Amino acid sequence: MMLISCPWCGPREEAEFHYGGQAHVSYPEDPSALSDEEWARFLFYRDNPKGPFAERWNHSASCRRWFNVIRDTVTYEILAVYPVGTPKPVIA
Amino acid sequence: MSTQEFRTAQGGRIDRSRPIRFRFDGSDYTGYVGDTLASALLANGVIQTSTSIKFDRPRGIFAAGAEEPNALVQVEAPFPEPMLTATTVELYDGLVACGLGGQGRLSPEPDPARYDSVHVHCDVLVVGAGPAGLAAAAVAAETGARVIVVDERPEPGGSLLGTRETSVLEWATSVADRLRSNPEVKLLTRTTAFGYYDDNFVLAVERRTNHLGAAAPAHRSRERIWRIRARRVILATGAHERPLAFNGNDIPGVMLAGAARTYVNRYGVLPGRRAVVLTTNDSAYEAVFDLLDAGVEIAAVADLRTGGSPVWGPRCAERGVEVLAGYGVADVTGADRVSAVTLAGPDGSRDVAADLLLVSGGWNPVGALYSHAGGRLRFDTDLGSFVPDGCRQAVAVAGAAKGTFGLAGCLAEGAAAGREAVEAAGFTAPADTRLPAADEQPASPTAQVWVLPGDESRQYVDLQRDVTVAEIRRATGAGMRSVEHVKRYTTAGTAHDQGKTSGVLTSGVVAHLLGVDVGELGTTTFRPPYTPVSFAALAGRDRGMLYDPVRVTALHPWHEAAGALFENVGQWKRPWYYPRDGEDMHAAVLRECRAAREGVAMMDASTLGKIDVQGPDAAVLLDRLYTNMMSTLKVGSIRYGVMCRADGMVFDDGTVIRLAEDRFLVTTTTGGAAAVLEWMEDFLQTEWPDLRVHCTSVTEQWATVALVGPRSREVLATLAPTLAVDNASFPFMTWRDTEVAGIPTRVCRISFSGELAYELNVSWWDALALWQAVYDAGQPFGITTYGTETMHVLRAEKGFPIIGQDTDGTVTPQDLGMDWIVSKKKADFVGKRSFARADNHRPDRKQLVGLLPDDGTTLLPEGVHLVAAETVATGALPEPPVPMLGHVTSSYHSAALGRPFALALIRGGRGRIGERVYAPLGDALVPVTITSSVLYDPEGARRDG
Repeated sequence: MMLISCPWCGPREEAEFHYGGQAHVSYPEDPSALSDEEWARFLFYRDNPKGPFAERWNHSASCRRWFNVIRDTVTYEILAVYPVGTPKPVIA
Repeated sequence: MSTQEFRTAQGGRIDRSRPIRFRFDGSDYTGYVGDTLASALLANGVIQTSTSIKFDRPRGIFAAGAEEPNALVQVEAPFPEPMLTATTVELYDGLVACGLGGQGRLSPEPDPARYDSVHVHCDVLVVGAGPAGLAAAAVAAETGARVIVVDERPEPGGSLLGTRETSVLEWATSVADRLRSNPEVKLLTRTTAFGYYDDNFVLAVERRTNHLGAAAPAHRSRERIWRIRARRVILATGAHERPLAFNGNDIPGVMLAGAARTYVNRYGVLPGRRAVVLTTNDSAYEAVFDLLDAGVEIAAVADLRTGGSPVWGPRCAERGVEVLAGYGVADVTGADRVSAVTLAGPDGSRDVAADLLLVSGGWNPVGALYSHAGGRLRFDTDLGSFVPDGCRQAVAVAGAAKGTFGLAGCLAEGAAAGREAVEAAGFTAPADTRLPAADEQPASPTAQVWVLPGDESRQYVDLQRDVTVAEIRRATGAGMRSVEHVKRYTTAGTAHDQGKTSGVLTSGVVAHLLGVDVGELGTTTFRPPYTPVSFAALAGRDRGMLYDPVRVTALHPWHEAAGALFENVGQWKRPWYYPRDGEDMHAAVLRECRAAREGVAMMDASTLGKIDVQGPDAAVLLDRLYTNMMSTLKVGSIRYGVMCRADGMVFDDGTVIRLAEDRFLVTTTTGGAAAVLEWMEDFLQTEWPDLRVHCTSVTEQWATVALVGPRSREVLATLAPTLAVDNASFPFMTWRDTEVAGIPTRVCRISFSGELAYELNVSWWDALALWQAVYDAGQPFGITTYGTETMHVLRAEKGFPIIGQDTDGTVTPQDLGMDWIVSKKKADFVGKRSFARADNHRPDRKQLVGLLPDDGTTLLPEGVHLVAAETVATGALPEPPVPMLGHVTSSYHSAALGRPFALALIRGGRGRIGERVYAPLGDALVPVTITSSVLYDPEGARRDG
């Protein structure tokens, strides 16, 4: 069970959180301008890297805030926690 | 009754003043407080505990701790427990047990004991209270750090308990005393750390009362799970001795050398009278001398190293013990107990009479927890063992667990690990640490031997699974090269002991057979739990009523008193139907439906999800999330709405009430409430943080009573005299705040049945009073309470879908025949772009339709599939795969239609209205006709009463 640092509440057990999939996949500005393929890419295609992955988490059993983390999908180490809407930090 | 003829005259850590009576396999025995079941059996001359699972061969006590592969027992009394190892069951008065050949039996009786759990944080967690662990804990505890020490044994000391190191044991006792008196330290004995998870989260199980037998106090939990989050972890888990594969190595009387030493020193028990010793290393010689001094005759020591032991050889000569360097065991004789051992070596072979054969094939550092933590293991050629080789977690390993087998080394390494751990956790370690002097013998290298020459089908690798070298050869012969594959093919290492003695031996044997380096080959992966853990302990208090929250409405006591039967809807208990005397569900539901269609009826609708959406941009948010327009809704009015995911599939539905320009009350399905709130919050926080909107769940603040039927207006009028209830003053899909029976109430004209209907919303606290008032006022009209089943029938007759029953995440509003709910005016809303996808325009998409069984009597089971007439043109189903048109999603008897009907999702269903299709039911093909999904009052004439 991971210990996740909620930016608002501090380190808490993984069970308090909801997973939200890949981060930085924004809802398109104008969906009607997208081709079927572009729209399908937004709907159905997500990265599945081995290693650092930017993803969304929600502290659903507490403050209910969404935030982003970079987590290594191999080691489950959380390499960074950062607010929604800010750029993805560079992980060395 | 036996006389413990194998008990030494004195010594051991047992209490000879407290004898214990127990029964094993039907015979009565005595032992002492401090014994395990295994040591007490050995004291009584019993070494065989069972026969093996596959070959039915006699099997005996092989080890002295958690690594025991053979001696599985079933405890029958005082409380039944299956599959425990005799070597870890502490003896208590009245224990009744029997040996198991493999599988145990779960008790059919409910377990009356309590189990619980503790969540705890600490600076340093030390696993193992042997010399290394205690040295680490002593240093860490001095700094004021919060320290937890766990150890699986009943008393601290670890491997020291099985030795004659009395001065170090005294030190261990004094350290333990100091730890116990330190308020920042918890020393937990009888506690096994069984899993090591991410971020230094370690689970341990404490056996609190098992060892007390029937004397266990009922108020005390039998077992407790410790969920420990530690800043630093020190693993001082020791090492397990490993066996060798040779002919007849499974016969009772073959025992690990270190185990025999433990039986003599810790329990005052002689595991035999005359022993042969087979070793690859120096450690077995310590057993030789301990057994010798206790009165066991050592017939011979076969040391597989051609040079024997330079340190121990001369000592053995002094004591008259014959050491045969370069010798091994060629065979073991004996049916249910060793009687002779055939030794073979450079000078030929000979038979030696013995009742005990002690084996040491080297030592395996216990790397299970380290591996759980993600640590790597590396083969150390000098030690002939896999040792820790780096881990990303904040963990250190000390002592034998790290491959340091000498006592002085263990103590020093433990103290150093303790020092490093507390300093890393921000404490200042003491300047120097006093450690007891330990006598350490210089050890000569271990011979790397796994298999001795012989008949591979008689050389056992995993005693519990009856896996032999021959079987492993079959696996490698079949082309397997990975130990993981060999493990799964042969089942070696998959028993209760998870290969504690057999795992590394399996790797060694595979390496030997393939002619590869065992270090390159590696071991199989260790996974939690380290030792078996009972489900009862893991469940703890979370069982029965506490397993999952049960949610009930404010009206629940009334429903219960009225004799309602309940249905689980998510966590909610909802009245299903209210049977009257002698009624079955069918009769009750027909009666309830008739009341709602012909008179007046009432239902508890409080479980509907309710979300208060407030803020200047509330209307903008709802416009973006619902498929239809919400911003044009007037204050005082209500609109039905559907939400889709971005893929265009229906996600939830409900009504939206506009309370003010900047305030809406949104209702959701009972099961979808949490998901809808999360959906709104997600968009507000991540996509549209500029919108000024707040969402609050008010499901449990508002209780809702549905008042339904052509006479509902009359009932409402009697209770709300100041409310203008006529259709013009209070039209459909509007709401009014008023008083009903003197209770402040928000009355909404909403209908989920097609009838004239109201939803009365009051504070949860007032719900019972309102319900009773409506019920009383309705009596002259024959008001009838109804439950979810009737609600389902009424809505299905009208073709109103239930999201999650008639839909499954692949259904669009258009598939439901609800194009009208999808706005053409809005530039965008979630899901809109997907409606233009080609896949959503396929003519063969499944669409919601009605079904009428042609015979007018058959009730189709929900989920039944439907096939086209041409598919069954022969009068029977063709060979699979049978082309399916779709399936029944809802099916009921209808009082209003006087027949059963169903809703179904059918390929191109709306184009098939009037078509006859078939439902295969058992051997029959039931003809049904496709209809519109709206079977009752298609004109909507009834909603205004």
